[in-house]
Amino acid sequence: MKPRHKKLLAITVGVAVLGIVVALVLNAFSSNLVFFFSPTEVVQGKAPKDRAFRIGGLVEMGSVQRSADGMTLRFKVTDTAESIAVTYQGVLPDLFKEGKGAVAEGRMGADGLFTASTVLAKHDENYMPPEAASAIEQAQKAKATLKE
Amino acid sequence: MIPELGFFALILALSLAIIQSVLPLIGAQTGNARFMAVARPAARAQFLFVVLAYACLVTSFLLNDFSVRNVATNSFSQLPAVYRFTASWGSHEGSMLLWTLILAFWTMAVSVLSRRLPEDMAARVIGIMGLISVGFLSFSIFTSNPFERLLPVPMDGRDLNPLLQDPGMVLHPPMLYMGYVGFSVAFAFAIAALLSGKLDAAWARWSRPWTTVAWGFLTAGIALGSWWAYVELGWGGWWFWDPTENASFMPWLAGTALIHSLAVTEKRGVFKAWTVLLAITAFSLSLLGTFLVRSGVLSSVHAFATDPSRGAFILGFLAVVVGGSLLLFALRAPAMASGTRFSAFSRESLLLMNNVVLVSALGSVLLGTLYPLFLDALGMGKISVGAPYFNAVFVPLMVPALFLMAVGPLTRWKGASLPEMVVRLRIAFVVAIVAAVAVPLAAGEFKPWVSVSVGLAVWIAYGVALGFRERLKHGGSLRSLPRGFWGMQLAHLSMAIGIVGMAMVSGYEDQRNVKMAVGDTAQLAGYTFTFKGVEVIEGPNYRAARGHLTVHPESGSDFALSAEKRIYNAGGMPMTEAGIDYGVFRDIYVAMGEEIEPQVWTVQLFYKPFIDWLWFAAGMMALGGFLAASDRRYRVALKAKDAA
Repeated sequence: MKPRHKKLLAITVGVAVLGIVVALVLNAFSSNLVFFFSPTEVVQGKAPKDRAFRIGGLVEMGSVQRSADGMTLRFKVTDTAESIAVTYQGVLPDLFKEGKGAVAEGRMGADGLFTASTVLAKHDENYMPPEAASAIEQAQKAKATLKE
Repeated sequence: MIPELGFFALILALSLAIIQSVLPLIGAQTGNARFMAVARPAARAQFLFVVLAYACLVTSFLLNDFSVRNVATNSFSQLPAVYRFTASWGSHEGSMLLWTLILAFWTMAVSVLSRRLPEDMAARVIGIMGLISVGFLSFSIFTSNPFERLLPVPMDGRDLNPLLQDPGMVLHPPMLYMGYVGFSVAFAFAIAALLSGKLDAAWARWSRPWTTVAWGFLTAGIALGSWWAYVELGWGGWWFWDPTENASFMPWLAGTALIHSLAVTEKRGVFKAWTVLLAITAFSLSLLGTFLVRSGVLSSVHAFATDPSRGAFILGFLAVVVGGSLLLFALRAPAMASGTRFSAFSRESLLLMNNVVLVSALGSVLLGTLYPLFLDALGMGKISVGAPYFNAVFVPLMVPALFLMAVGPLTRWKGASLPEMVVRLRIAFVVAIVAAVAVPLAAGEFKPWVSVSVGLAVWIAYGVALGFRERLKHGGSLRSLPRGFWGMQLAHLSMAIGIVGMAMVSGYEDQRNVKMAVGDTAQLAGYTFTFKGVEVIEGPNYRAARGHLTVHPESGSDFALSAEKRIYNAGGMPMTEAGIDYGVFRDIYVAMGEEIEPQVWTVQLFYKPFIDWLWFAAGMMALGGFLAASDRRYRVALKAKDAA
């Protein structure tokens, strides 16, 4: 091969490899984005039915119930306007408490029950998960505009 | 009085840093030897004053001076002394000062160990590090003063975040920062070379040991962070692809690419522009990582905006460092012609592929980490990028890199014969395939990724063994081999060990959440756990419910485990303290959940095969880095200059 051909070959191979990598990345990326919805948005039907998403807000006071075997929990997540019933199997993070902020990731069932695969509460007792905080803020704003 | 002394020392350090950067840089550009000679004494004096400032901060913490805001928000009178010491870098302000301290330390090290450098090169390197010091010291003084007073003075502090009250956290931040900041030396060398226009093999040789040492520290720092998460977060995970982890992993990927590309630049004089670009990238990512984790932008983009002066300073500083160095690069890069050629199959080309893969991996992690931040900042909705994305992209990308890892060190520079390589490695290939089939089957269940990983690990290990055999073919002893060779082989072998750990724990770990009353038993992976009950104990600054279990393995003797659920006195924050029985082939890990009824608890039981191989591998990898950096030839150059 002439040096010019060699260079051309190298560039072609390089571009092909890059193309494969980019395709791999973008494909994985778009199928693994997890979107966030506030309880109000979920009630309005904005959340997807067929893929996992996150909801967040406050754990409603008095809503946490434990099944007889102790391992399945039900609770409600509220943004002060609407609330969503969540079921979760497993051990909750240390900072999960009624009246405190939490974020749940999972899928919405046809019965309107959100089955969470993960429940997050953050590293600090004074600190609210950002998604939860923004859900509450939005709901409060919406209320304020209704009153006017 | 002590905090004011500390702040005053910071201001003096800033003045010295300005002198340390301005005079030597001007001197190097104009050939003024007296200006250049200022670099070393100024750097050492700056170091002294930053040490003084840091000592003042530590003293305030040790003396429980709650009139200092930083102490009041991050310490507590009951906090054990060792954690009062580490609390000094537990906050944003403190960690920025630690960064500055470590930067001053590296600068001092350069000023001591740079006798073999031409005077103008040393002046430029120290000057550029001085500029970075100016940036960080101004940031501390003008926006993040760690010595700020608080009125009225509170009776007691709010305590250090309990998650940070762990031995892993004592060493993790300083190690990580030694790595982050260490890349500033590589960066300073690259910029100095661009300024002088002398990008040659000598430059790469000076830069190499510094880069490798920094990379070793970063490796150890990341591993300590992972170990901390495993022990302290109480759910048995060791890597979450969390943005804070990615923030430290990105500079590591760039640094790994850099140490390989530096090798080519030193030995063969090629890839010069690329190496310089990687040095700039590694340091820029270190800065980005520091700011991502420490500015609060990750917990909320808007928290970042609540203190606009800090945000503006950070973005401005990043823009100056990245923009300025890229501009300089663009101006000077065309002059960097690489003369020598190499063929399509040679050590150069394999190292090039290593770099392509590492940089692609870096790009994918960067995308997954920053994209949610951009969307949020632009108000286009909140998303998170899940761990499946990173696994789906990162793991397949690593396969070719790991495959080539065995081949690269056996391949000659300039050009090698592919058929000959096939012959040399055919036994390795067969052994790897056999292991890839046999090990997963022996483990009880065939898992494709375990198979691939084990095959690659054996392949790499065989390559390492072959490397030693070929080096000793013509006589000589193991001790006569250069430390650079030892370091590289240790690091590569540690990769093989690490892959086995990752694959086995991901493939065969097991977990159960159970409700247990006193006397109840539960089975997991052939182990029988018996719950013995819970006792209440008083810690120095917390109360804990300590659960006791005995574990009965299928073979061998029973052992006891205890795990705690702590409530910290200052903030009432609950914390899980896992009980772990470490073993070469498995960890048994227990964490207390909640008390459902009196003396009835939910308990998490974990079986973690081979997980300790991960941290062993990371330690070995860091050691490999330190060993390589201590190679004789870097010191021979020093002696030669002394003799001359």
